[in-house]
Amino acid sequence: MAAYVIRRLLSVVPITIGVMLITFFVFRVVGGNPAYRIAGKNATPARIAQISHERGYDKPLFVNFHEFPRQVFDAQFPQLAWNLVRFDFGQSIVTKERVGTMLHEGVGPSLCVTTPLFVIELFLGVGLALLAAYYRNTWIDRGLVLLSVMGMSISSLVYIMLAQYWLASEWRLFPVWGFESPRYLILPVMVGVVAGVGGELRFYRTVMLDEMYQEYVRTARAKGVPSRTILFRHVLRNALIPILTNVIIAIPFLYTGALLLENFFGIPGLGRLTVMALFNFDDDVVFATTFIGSILFVLFNALTDIGYTWADPRIRLK
Amino acid sequence: MSTGLMEPGIVPLSNSPDGLWTIAWRQLRRNRIAIICLAILCVYTATWVYAEGKYWSAKIRGTVPDYKISHYENRNQPPSLSHPLGTNFAGRDNLKQLIQGTRIAFEIGLLTSIIVVPLGFTLGALAGYFGGKLDGAIVYLFSVVASVPDILLIVSITYVTRAAVERSAAMQSITRYIDAGLLAICVGMGFTGWVGLCRIIRGEYLKHRERQYVLAARALGASNASIMFRHILPNVSHLVIINFSLRFPGFILIEVVLSYLGIGIANEPSWGTIINDAKQRLWLGNWWELAGATIAMFFLVLALNLFGDALRDALDPKLRIAEGKTA
Repeated sequence: MAAYVIRRLLSVVPITIGVMLITFFVFRVVGGNPAYRIAGKNATPARIAQISHERGYDKPLFVNFHEFPRQVFDAQFPQLAWNLVRFDFGQSIVTKERVGTMLHEGVGPSLCVTTPLFVIELFLGVGLALLAAYYRNTWIDRGLVLLSVMGMSISSLVYIMLAQYWLASEWRLFPVWGFESPRYLILPVMVGVVAGVGGELRFYRTVMLDEMYQEYVRTARAKGVPSRTILFRHVLRNALIPILTNVIIAIPFLYTGALLLENFFGIPGLGRLTVMALFNFDDDVVFATTFIGSILFVLFNALTDIGYTWADPRIRLK
Repeated sequence: MSTGLMEPGIVPLSNSPDGLWTIAWRQLRRNRIAIICLAILCVYTATWVYAEGKYWSAKIRGTVPDYKISHYENRNQPPSLSHPLGTNFAGRDNLKQLIQGTRIAFEIGLLTSIIVVPLGFTLGALAGYFGGKLDGAIVYLFSVVASVPDILLIVSITYVTRAAVERSAAMQSITRYIDAGLLAICVGMGFTGWVGLCRIIRGEYLKHRERQYVLAARALGASNASIMFRHILPNVSHLVIINFSLRFPGFILIEVVLSYLGIGIANEPSWGTIINDAKQRLWLGNWWELAGATIAMFFLVLALNLFGDALRDALDPKLRIAEGKTA
């Protein structure tokens, strides 16, 4: 067991390096010298050279052979990787702030939106899925599935726009924009739940129905266990493993924030920060958010696997 | 299945058992919702072909197509007989714009699939069939891509592709035929979307390479390439179609988000750009632009989702693809 845990945790390292390589490849290699993007369309060559020099874009990409062998790693990728590993995310081009500080300030607002959204969506999704599974193949089940597919067929942008227009602007039930009191959070959370719960319901329903056709359910039914007890005692417990996976995998996204909701409702979280950075070609910020998002995802993935082995010894044998 | 094996004397040899698609079609026909969805999809496909014809005929003749001509005298008109869905800020007919939006949606789905299917299928097949180090490398590659938050990777690739298109002359010869924004979106979604297909195909090849028919083919001296693509491929190709029909709606929904982020399609009326333009005019009470685009999108995405589910159940009842969230 200990060996497995160590092996699984170590496998996080190559994936992380891969993530850094991919981000680097997209932004610096395919995208060309970022100085062109920062300087804008009408920049002079001198200005571009200056930016390149200041931010180190004129260095070789991977290995510095000019300074061989003393400063082989004085190149763009090794330096970036080293900085990220030390959690030194550099400085924003736009605000001139340390990226670390910006991330620190953005986490709070992001979590304020994503945590309630996540919890409500989970309970509503699982609850409705139980209902659908209990009344499977009746009109209740079919209606719920149809409703959730219909809900998934509307762009989340439309939900946001309609909510802002009617609930906030026309009926003045909620504030439209800003982040000052808990009242400002009700609408974004509500919209998020409505837009997201359909997918959750469908997923959890599939999970439960998969369990419904297992042998142990038939056995329980044969020995006369009432169907309500089967559903809540037997099926729900066994379905907990896929449900938990889904939940744990989603946790990193609490951190990265809700991209659209934060932008539309003016919540100064990480989602908004990321979008702003993408607009302004703010390399360091984009690298930082991508890096942290991926690292969390990989780590939580590893933790789920370890949790599995701990909970279910059959998996360790495979 | 025919009973030919049990009574060899009664059933003639030419009476071969029904194929996968015959059985699937028989099952689909019985599913009323699936048939309704298929009809809806046919209507959309016809609209797409019509819009494509209109677009290319204008392009070949070198004229400005009528959906792009501004009529400032009747801008922001509510729905009427001459404009069944109203007009937009430049007096362009909303219905004509939505029809062209159908074209863009289909183009996005097809162009993205041109990237996703060969990439995901080939890598998945190679990994599953050969196993070993190659498998390790490909699994590593897709775990890395899957670890980067989806929307961030799509946005970044789209952004960078767009910048690359603007700089290089070779790319600009392509963008004479395809909108630069459209190309960038498809590249962005294509290079992130192959992971799901690759996983499924890899799993299937892992299973199939141990099957009897593959061993038989190998014993007869078939090459690896021939086993992979002539023998196994027909047995797994239906998964590509299921995957496509379930992924297509996601592409349409992501396009709206990308348009909102300002990296969508610039010069053509896609549903995403229509919805985003409608955003400002909704506050003036012009509901018809948003309503039109939302309804046009709603029925296509709904029909694709339901039909994809039905197709999956008909073709492969054992297969379950976890429904992920869309954007």
